[in-house]
Amino acid sequence: MIEVLRCGTMTSVQDLGRFGMRHLGVGQAGVLDPIATQQANLLLGNEADAAVLELTVGPLQLAFHQDCTVVLTGVDFSTSISTGKAAAAQQAVIPGQAMELKAGMQLTLQRPTIPGTRAYLAVSGGIDVPVVLGSRSTDLASGFGGFHGRALQTGDVLPIGRFFTPPRNAPYGIRPLAPSHVLRATPGPDYDAFTADAHQRFWMQPWGISHQSSRMGLRLNGQALTLNKPLSLLSAGVLPGNVQVPPNGLPIVLSNDAQTIGGYPRIASVIQADLWQLAHLPPLTSVYFQPVTHAVAAQARERQLRYLGRLREALHGA
Amino acid sequence: MKEYCEAHQDWQSQQGCYRLTAMSSDADSMPHEIHVTQLGEDALLFLFTPPDAQSVALPIQQKLWQMSYWLEPQRDSLGLLEIVPGMGNLLIKASQKTLLNTLRDLVLTHWPKLSGNDVQGRLLEIPVSYGGAHGPDLEAAAAHCGISKERFIALHSATIYRVYCLGFQPGFAYLGGLDPALEVPRLDSPRIHVPAGSVAIAGSQTAVYPTDSPGGWHIIGHTETRLFDPQAEQPSLLRPGDSVRFVILEEAI
Repeated sequence: MIEVLRCGTMTSVQDLGRFGMRHLGVGQAGVLDPIATQQANLLLGNEADAAVLELTVGPLQLAFHQDCTVVLTGVDFSTSISTGKAAAAQQAVIPGQAMELKAGMQLTLQRPTIPGTRAYLAVSGGIDVPVVLGSRSTDLASGFGGFHGRALQTGDVLPIGRFFTPPRNAPYGIRPLAPSHVLRATPGPDYDAFTADAHQRFWMQPWGISHQSSRMGLRLNGQALTLNKPLSLLSAGVLPGNVQVPPNGLPIVLSNDAQTIGGYPRIASVIQADLWQLAHLPPLTSVYFQPVTHAVAAQARERQLRYLGRLREALHGA
Repeated sequence: MKEYCEAHQDWQSQQGCYRLTAMSSDADSMPHEIHVTQLGEDALLFLFTPPDAQSVALPIQQKLWQMSYWLEPQRDSLGLLEIVPGMGNLLIKASQKTLLNTLRDLVLTHWPKLSGNDVQGRLLEIPVSYGGAHGPDLEAAAAHCGISKERFIALHSATIYRVYCLGFQPGFAYLGGLDPALEVPRLDSPRIHVPAGSVAIAGSQTAVYPTDSPGGWHIIGHTETRLFDPQAEQPSLLRPGDSVRFVILEEAI
């Protein structure tokens, strides 16, 4: 069991997400960075979709009531291990490296070294919350799944699962991927409804990341995008990665907690292989969109899956 | 800039196969166009109404419900991850990009075979406490429509609504069939907190909020009926094609 001594802000239990429920209005939820999550689970020998903690703002302090191994991936979160006794020596936690903890030890996760980016804490066996509608992820807006359907609070006690197979080839470290701030995208259903100027602007200008960005969507600032003529669309299904343009002309990249149906013009879709970056794009930085074909998008996705396959092989043998 | 132009041209040629218009000529309706576009690398969006349509005819939506109920049991065999009916449209997400062409052809060939007969939906009655503290906007909405609160409630509870699709929140049903006499624009500034169970109207739509949330619709009443239960075998009370009638439980006028 893990006891939450200090809860931080917006720490939630997530796995790779909830799928096949969008027709009921149930969104995907899940970690924003599935690559960092799978890196962590592979290092521990967990199932790829074992639940982890997604950390956004610190500080988070956890007391471990049983022996276990932990890994931190994503952004560095200034993390240290202590024995829980005052004035005891502290040991720093290196991201991407498995660390063994004994019962009674504490983990203190201060803050992300780059504010506005996310870290993932995985424990051997995974966070063992009940599966709701096929997933352990927290649906924060509707309040179900994860730990009682909400972000963690001080005093919460999280159960840890029992099933994992420690890697054969350990110790082993993994370097986190660095976001490129370039989001590759394919044209959306309403691409042609935008002006030539809007097309040029969409691809050529740096888009500033708004403070209002959240797990629902990445909100962008820049020169507004205009339509050839006003467009009123019937509500239709949308997916994470879809880039919607509301009447103010400023695009929003829909993310994991976005609603399932939308009515704004869709100018583009960020490719699956680049969606993990949405976890690590802090306000006041910018992103570019780069046009690619669906074939390139599929190749990028295959490369990413091959990378995870190679990682599994390196750690656990063929 | 050169790269941008090349990729742009690349799409234009690619759009030939992914942006396509098919004619559907079924026996019992006028031939109409179906627009298919790709939404990201692994999803397709089928528009069964013209792209500039502002409303959906019920027979089209009925075929849409039939299509999604036909696809639903084939999820695993066809490699379908999501089947999301919208208003006059259908989104499908495939587990692999390679399946998209097959899925597109499957939907387009099956569409004309659908009868357009009504799906076997259920009729659900939802008891509502109208007005007062339960419906803070009833008075303003009735005034906007130029009718009394009693008349407003009578009209709202007289209609049998159809669940067109679900979205926005888990279990949130887009209900079609609101009496045009009850149409009101959205609130100028959305409320930060709309409690779960709120019965609301905006534009030509009425709905019940399953979960606490922000919202810009006029709240005219409240129901204790639970619309979404994640632990239940059927988590959403309402499903596409169902009929809904609001029953007056209490009127505060």
